[in-house]
Amino acid sequence: MPFSLLSLKAVSPEIFLVLLASFMVLVDRVVSSKSFFFWVALLGTALTWWLCREVVGSQFASYTADPYGFFLKTVFLLALFLSVLISPVYASRERFHFGEYYGLLFFAVCGMMFMASGTDLLVIYLGLELMSLSIYVLVALGWRDARSLEGALKYFLLGSLASAFLVMGLALIYGLAGTISLSEIARVLSIRTDLSVLTAIAFFLIALGFKVAMVPFHMWAPDAYEGAPTPVTAFMSVAAKAAGFAALGRVFLLAFAPAHPAWSQLLIPFAVLTMFAGNILAVVQTNIKRLLAYSSVAHAGYILLGIVAGTKEGLSAVMLYLLIYAFMNIGAFGVVVLLQKESGVGEDIFEYQGLAKLHPLPAFFMLLFLFSLTGIPPTAGFIGKFYLFRSVVHAGHTGLAVLAVLASVIAAYPYLRIVMLMYMKDPQREVSLAPSASLWVALTLSALGVILIGLYPGSLLTSALYSAF
Amino acid sequence: MMELKMAEFPWLSLIIWLPVAGALLLFLVPRRAEGLIKGLALVVALADLVVSLPLWFNFDHHWVGFQFVEKHPWIQALHAQYFLGVDGISVLFILLSALITVLCILISWESITEKVKEFYISLLVTSAAMIGVFCALDLFLFYVFWEAMLIPMYLIIGIWGGPRRLYATIKFFLYTLLGSVLMLVGIIVIYFKAGTLEIPSLMQMGLPYKLQILLFLAFFAAFAVKVPMWPVHTWLPDAHTEAPTAGSVILAGILIKMGAYGFLRFSLSFFPKATLALAVPMLILSIIAIIYGALACLAQSDLKRLIAYSSVSHMGFVTLGIFSLTGNGVEGAILQMINHGVVTGALFMCVGIVYDRTHSREISYYGGLATVMPVYAAFFMVFTMASIGLPGTNGFVGEFLILLGTFQAKKWAAAFAATGVILGACYMLWLYQRVFCQRVNPQIAGLPEMNLRETLALLPMLILVLWIGIYPKPFLSFMHVSVGHLLQHVHSVGSVPGITQLIKEGLHAVFPA
Repeated sequence: MPFSLLSLKAVSPEIFLVLLASFMVLVDRVVSSKSFFFWVALLGTALTWWLCREVVGSQFASYTADPYGFFLKTVFLLALFLSVLISPVYASRERFHFGEYYGLLFFAVCGMMFMASGTDLLVIYLGLELMSLSIYVLVALGWRDARSLEGALKYFLLGSLASAFLVMGLALIYGLAGTISLSEIARVLSIRTDLSVLTAIAFFLIALGFKVAMVPFHMWAPDAYEGAPTPVTAFMSVAAKAAGFAALGRVFLLAFAPAHPAWSQLLIPFAVLTMFAGNILAVVQTNIKRLLAYSSVAHAGYILLGIVAGTKEGLSAVMLYLLIYAFMNIGAFGVVVLLQKESGVGEDIFEYQGLAKLHPLPAFFMLLFLFSLTGIPPTAGFIGKFYLFRSVVHAGHTGLAVLAVLASVIAAYPYLRIVMLMYMKDPQREVSLAPSASLWVALTLSALGVILIGLYPGSLLTSALYSAF
Repeated sequence: MMELKMAEFPWLSLIIWLPVAGALLLFLVPRRAEGLIKGLALVVALADLVVSLPLWFNFDHHWVGFQFVEKHPWIQALHAQYFLGVDGISVLFILLSALITVLCILISWESITEKVKEFYISLLVTSAAMIGVFCALDLFLFYVFWEAMLIPMYLIIGIWGGPRRLYATIKFFLYTLLGSVLMLVGIIVIYFKAGTLEIPSLMQMGLPYKLQILLFLAFFAAFAVKVPMWPVHTWLPDAHTEAPTAGSVILAGILIKMGAYGFLRFSLSFFPKATLALAVPMLILSIIAIIYGALACLAQSDLKRLIAYSSVSHMGFVTLGIFSLTGNGVEGAILQMINHGVVTGALFMCVGIVYDRTHSREISYYGGLATVMPVYAAFFMVFTMASIGLPGTNGFVGEFLILLGTFQAKKWAAAFAATGVILGACYMLWLYQRVFCQRVNPQIAGLPEMNLRETLALLPMLILVLWIGIYPKPFLSFMHVSVGHLLQHVHSVGSVPGITQLIKEGLHAVFPA
């Protein structure tokens, strides 16, 4: 394709994001107004989304702005938007450089967008690296807390290992197929599937499994989630996971589609292990960030089921679940931020004791998010789970669906425990809330999302199904 | 062929959503205006009862299919519809739910002093979800109502319950959740096998025999926990004992009926072959529940726990009647569900009334209460007699029909079950004797008699006990056509391989020779 400025249209949202992020980092030392960066970040996010919508259908080299990419970019940008809304109080308390902070978030999202829309393995790899490097730094932003550095280091070391696997897989595939284009790979794989191909697929599975926190490659998650500044935790638990699944979906259901029978058998034990290990380990946690981290591992397990299904419906269930997960998980982390007076404080679940009596509204929000995470109707979490399990049954894996629902019963316990502490115990001491209008806006938006999608998911389901390939 | 009679006016929607609207309204009332909150809740519940009356008066007793039907598209991508309707099996439960909500508000008037607003909101939401369960004609909608009820019920037991409420509430939640998620998978499988979620269409559908067995078991998990059948009954005594009075009344009155309703609505009509094959094991489980529950009652020292175990026993009669698969048995079971709701609900209210005064539920704490509170003792006496099943009370009619039906189907089952009746008389009369007769215990000497509010709350139950006991025809007439049609459907599938054959086949599949 001859290069022209017009052909850059497909990547214009990414270019815009990079320019904006660079601008924020550069003017960080010049502009001292925190609210300036906040508003630029919010507007920038909204504008990027609008740009993404405008360019759907266009293509630039190995980058295609298709509906699938657009749906997932919506998830990333939604996660970014909500994370920005919950950031200001925390960020100013921890004395972040705002320009740098938002700039890094933008860089990360840019990487994610490449992961969602890349149509060759190299573009996806580059996107993954851009995202990962930005997030390593974001996790370490709370460097005054030793846990933050530890988390960042762990995430960095294991993440680098994952990258190594990805490059190995990439090299193997290139060696075998002579191409890195996803559709070309699919064409070659439809003729041959042998052990070396499966090895390459396994390398990809390990690398992307790291990013979505699939057991046993989840070891970094609890430490990184606990150590990271809470808004970053919220962001990475949703957006980075969504990006991992975006790449997983595209690579496995497009390039590796012909080998689906083989790799789905490989994936099933991982998915089951992830659901159960995540939920069982969440039961014993007393730090709310660690609890949500393990629950996030478990959710990765449910979402993997959609990939196992390997159908259009399964993929659309994955996409829908990620969107719903953005609302409920960032909402839950929003309540955590609301209660945190300084980093490390307000993370113990016993701090939530009697919250309903002291502060009924945040407690109610938390109740809503937790019931949604459990998957109880009429919340959005139920719709997400239902649609996922439905796609798994449709693909003929009824036994897997039974295991998934059993795992989700285990999940109910840790969530209910927090509800129990909030509503059924008396407060032991006064808990003051971080005053922040934007945080309330984020919580309200998330709550509305959880309720409205729960009651009327129709159009969202249709668009997820339309966007899946 | 099952036909639908569309509603001229959306009565069912009104009955379901009026309490929700009331709950939303309560959200806006300031926390301190407790009088207004209670008043508003009562008015809403009364209004709900009033708008449910057309179901009683306008119900067509000769109509085979569903009536008052409303059907609108909801989530098209999931093929879920907003599809409501009632037949002779469900209609009475809606009326009972509406009535019990009113009585729960009356009985909680003074005993709930903390978080009053949240309590009445939870109560109204529970009521809406319960009624929704009995109205839903779409499996997805049914499941949404079925599960949605867990949230307010969990809060009611957990926030306003007794000292061990945390244990009880989490047990309640996890047990019922575990049961219902298996049903969820069953629902999904049904959808893919039958291509629809509409209950009336599914009732005509003939699924393959082996699939019916598996689905029967998946649904059984949900319904058996809710009923609760032995051995998954252990959440019930804990939940009943720790719940506030209104919570116990709702649990006994409506919530555990949903399990038996599920058997009737889904297990029998969707899986008739599986039902025929598994009827005997179900009868055996029912008999165990009847006798085990009754024996457990004899060992209780706590008033509420005793009544809770008696529920296990009484619900055993209900499942016995259902799986006798005879007209008398099933009609008796439905009537007995209503009766149990009325009588056990009333007994829990009675316990609540003295608990509010003494804060003790120990049977040994009382003694000679008949002298201190004679009117109360008279009410309690009638409910005790109804619980035992004395002729002239509603309990007699229900138990008689069930035993008659069971006798027609399996004589041995009726013989075993009859021992439950005798045991029932033992524990209830012994309870009455210990609490009301003998010398007056000094600590209860000055207890005030029931006030007007409490009497008003119990009076409708008393009237129902005697009305159904003396003249059950108006109630039974609701069910004849629907039950007849249902049983005809079950028996029309002819003979099926029995349970022993199934086990042999299963073993053969696992260990091929």
